[in-house]
Amino acid sequence: MNLTLKIWRQKDSNAKGQMVDYKVADISEHMSFLEMMDVLNEQLVNSGEEPIAFDHDCREGICGTCSMFINGEPHGPDRGITTCQLHMRSFKDGDTITIEPFRAAAFPVIKDLVVDRTSFERIQQAGGYISVNTSGNTQDANAIPISKHDADEAMDAAACIGCGACVATCKNSSAMLFVGAKVSQYALLPQGQVEAADRVRNMVDQMDLEGFGNCTNTGACEIECPKGISLENIARMNRELMKANI
Amino acid sequence: MATLDSKVPKGPIQDKWTDYKNHIDLVNPANKRHIDVIVVGTGLAGGSAAATLAELGYNVKAFAYQDSPRRAHSIAAQGGINAAKNYQGDGDSTYRLFYDTVKGGDYRSREANVYRLAEVSANIIDQCVAQGVPFARDYGGLLDNRSFGGVLVSRTFYAKGQTGQQLLLGAYSAMNRQIARGKIEMFNRHEMLDVVIVDGKARGIIARNLITGEIERHSAHAVVVGSGGYGNVYFLSTNAMGSNATAAWKIHKKGAYFANPCYTQIHPTCIPRSGDYQSKLTLMSESLRNDGRIWVPKNMDDVMAIREGRKKPTDLSEDERDYYLERRYPAFGNLVPRDVASRAAKERCDAGYGVNATGEAVYLDFASAIERYGKEQAKIHNISNPSKEKITELGEAIVEAKYGNLFQMYEKIVDQNPYKTPMMIYPAVHYTMGGIWVDYNLMTTIPGCYCIGEANFSDHGANRLGASALMQGLADGYFVLPYTIGDYLADDIRTGKIPTNTKEFDEAEKEVKDRINFFVNNKGTKSVDYFHKKLGNVMWNKAGMSRNAQGLTEAMAEIKAIREEFWKDVFVPGTANEMNPELEKAGRVADFLELGELFAKDALMRAESCGGHFREESAEESGPQKGEAKRDDENFAFVAAWEYKGEPADAVLHKEELEFKEIELKQRSYK
Repeated sequence: MNLTLKIWRQKDSNAKGQMVDYKVADISEHMSFLEMMDVLNEQLVNSGEEPIAFDHDCREGICGTCSMFINGEPHGPDRGITTCQLHMRSFKDGDTITIEPFRAAAFPVIKDLVVDRTSFERIQQAGGYISVNTSGNTQDANAIPISKHDADEAMDAAACIGCGACVATCKNSSAMLFVGAKVSQYALLPQGQVEAADRVRNMVDQMDLEGFGNCTNTGACEIECPKGISLENIARMNRELMKANI
Repeated sequence: MATLDSKVPKGPIQDKWTDYKNHIDLVNPANKRHIDVIVVGTGLAGGSAAATLAELGYNVKAFAYQDSPRRAHSIAAQGGINAAKNYQGDGDSTYRLFYDTVKGGDYRSREANVYRLAEVSANIIDQCVAQGVPFARDYGGLLDNRSFGGVLVSRTFYAKGQTGQQLLLGAYSAMNRQIARGKIEMFNRHEMLDVVIVDGKARGIIARNLITGEIERHSAHAVVVGSGGYGNVYFLSTNAMGSNATAAWKIHKKGAYFANPCYTQIHPTCIPRSGDYQSKLTLMSESLRNDGRIWVPKNMDDVMAIREGRKKPTDLSEDERDYYLERRYPAFGNLVPRDVASRAAKERCDAGYGVNATGEAVYLDFASAIERYGKEQAKIHNISNPSKEKITELGEAIVEAKYGNLFQMYEKIVDQNPYKTPMMIYPAVHYTMGGIWVDYNLMTTIPGCYCIGEANFSDHGANRLGASALMQGLADGYFVLPYTIGDYLADDIRTGKIPTNTKEFDEAEKEVKDRINFFVNNKGTKSVDYFHKKLGNVMWNKAGMSRNAQGLTEAMAEIKAIREEFWKDVFVPGTANEMNPELEKAGRVADFLELGELFAKDALMRAESCGGHFREESAEESGPQKGEAKRDDENFAFVAAWEYKGEPADAVLHKEELEFKEIELKQRSYK
């Protein structure tokens, strides 16, 4: 198929960006979206131009690196997937596709479609862990029984890949789905209880400090999340925060 | 030919590690804060090492090319992690895990290292659970296990199909705790481009800030490389796009021997290639073989009918199908090790029985598992005389709970529903067992330079069993390196900070800058990918799953020619002082173009079939194993460690003879 691509180009974080039109031809419907971008980049390099910088790595939907905003949606039109799992069969011959970086004040653009998501790192450093020494002298794993239901729910929350789609799609640029997922994982397990109150307070404080907005229950984050992280995690985070502050 | 000292401690194998730990030099906790350690790569091995070293009190500088350690490719491991816990009471033990790993590796790993790995494996699970890794639980709240290829016990711990992700996030959370304490200085989006040697010791690295292009000097008392494998030398592999050999290759060029480069694992259950534009291959977890049955049609007529779309796989009855693994290997069936399963799939496809358009696919079928689980569920829920639809519905729910994310991934890529029609799979390059040679302390042949995880060579022999890469990464990082490095660093407590304004740093930085300047100034005509694909093609065709002397000799010459063309005609757009992904790729492909030739040279030297590497001249000619790979213990029971001498073709071979005192070398049979 033949496509017109409108892509955000921006030299670096200080430069002014703009949308630029590109044409690609002979795109197979079996290609992934990123393979289509590879075709475009090969074309640009062969004509002596600078290719488009975009973040990607595992191309299996798990590393959370790829971060494009496609036709107004993070990771494109399909549900429950990352950009690398999006395939060209979701588009039609002759389509015009708009491709932009994730936009949020807390995710500054580094170049073209690449954004800086280290604000997520700092939130996790504020408390997204259990304080246990890596000594090899911890108690036997089966000495901490966990109900299957809780373990499964913790796993569902822990499945977050930290891609930032929740932030990108939210009208408030809220990171509460991401932070809620992290808080929930530990809140559901017995191991992290001792420091649970500090954890949620510190993570939420850092989230605010980074400039993410608040949740107004629109639910776009849940819809756009490639891993189906549920809004329930935001509710649980709020409950944990209330509990911590009582 | 020089021999290598593995520094394996004396004494009975079960006491070696304990005795060793009891007698090594320690660094006083107060002195650790005067010692700096650089860790390159923050996947399972590097991340766990960085966290543990920082916790012990060392000042750690950690480097990752991604924007966060959480994105390292360890995240993509799906199936699980082995540990000899014997929670299932099925006879597992440290010895049995040790035995399975040595046998599974085709008797080409170092016994003492593997025993230590088996010994610390149980600690890993305890550690990860304490960190909050949400492993699967059974209804009593205890940890659940499953089984993987090459073993007869259930020792694999898992977190849905995302075990690597969860273990990596565990190590990453431990790192975050140390970053917050200021004990780890994290350098995201940085790539190591050279190691700096001072007075024969590794004392620092040259790194490039991938956002600004700035070249930086970082010093330390020791350098740890945990940068993963080099499967991308094939262009198409299951590795992440950025996975590269650069850090490992740079230390090789500065004196670290590179061991067994030709040992590559070809994983049997990947989604087949669909076209020339393809950028990488996608692995489907080996755990699928627990429940999936692998087959191709028995009759060529059916093969043709399927390829032409006249028949569907579900149209074929049981006796029209060839469950070739169950037929050939009745004891292990679909759970034979990866090398055996891969070769068997290729054998059927080469014989013309492949089921997709390119003839490079076999079926992985869940119909029997769905029916079996469905009937079991009907019984559990007291449903008498369940309809076929009800059984399918109940069975699919169980299969979904076990492998849901994998099924979804398959459906997204192939556009077929694997609950209703069998998956198509084909072998693909996955994990590299070769890597930097290290002694028992995990130190390379450069003093003060360590190598851990997939980047080293020591534990998996010629073939890696499933669920053991995660185990090795975490064992090295959490429990082995933090001890062994102390023994070395004990001599450094009075050294003081290593200065970076020295001639050694000047020289290393100049080399790095010259190379970058060459790339951005070269007025070539071809893209980096053009050369990478060309290299990958030679690697797959002549140094892939099956190899022969003639093909390997040709491969060496062809790779050299591609390399020469690359240095003449490569075109890298953009400049050096900015984010420039093409420039990053150029440096990595330049290294692959050298590594590829050494790979072929190593494969040519090793005139035996071993692990995933089938040497056509070395097959069993008679007896029950006829046609199977033939290993040659008399001539090849050694580690091939190559010393860099400029051109890869001139590399000098050093041997570490492998001793098997605990386990008798014998033919691997999974029949």
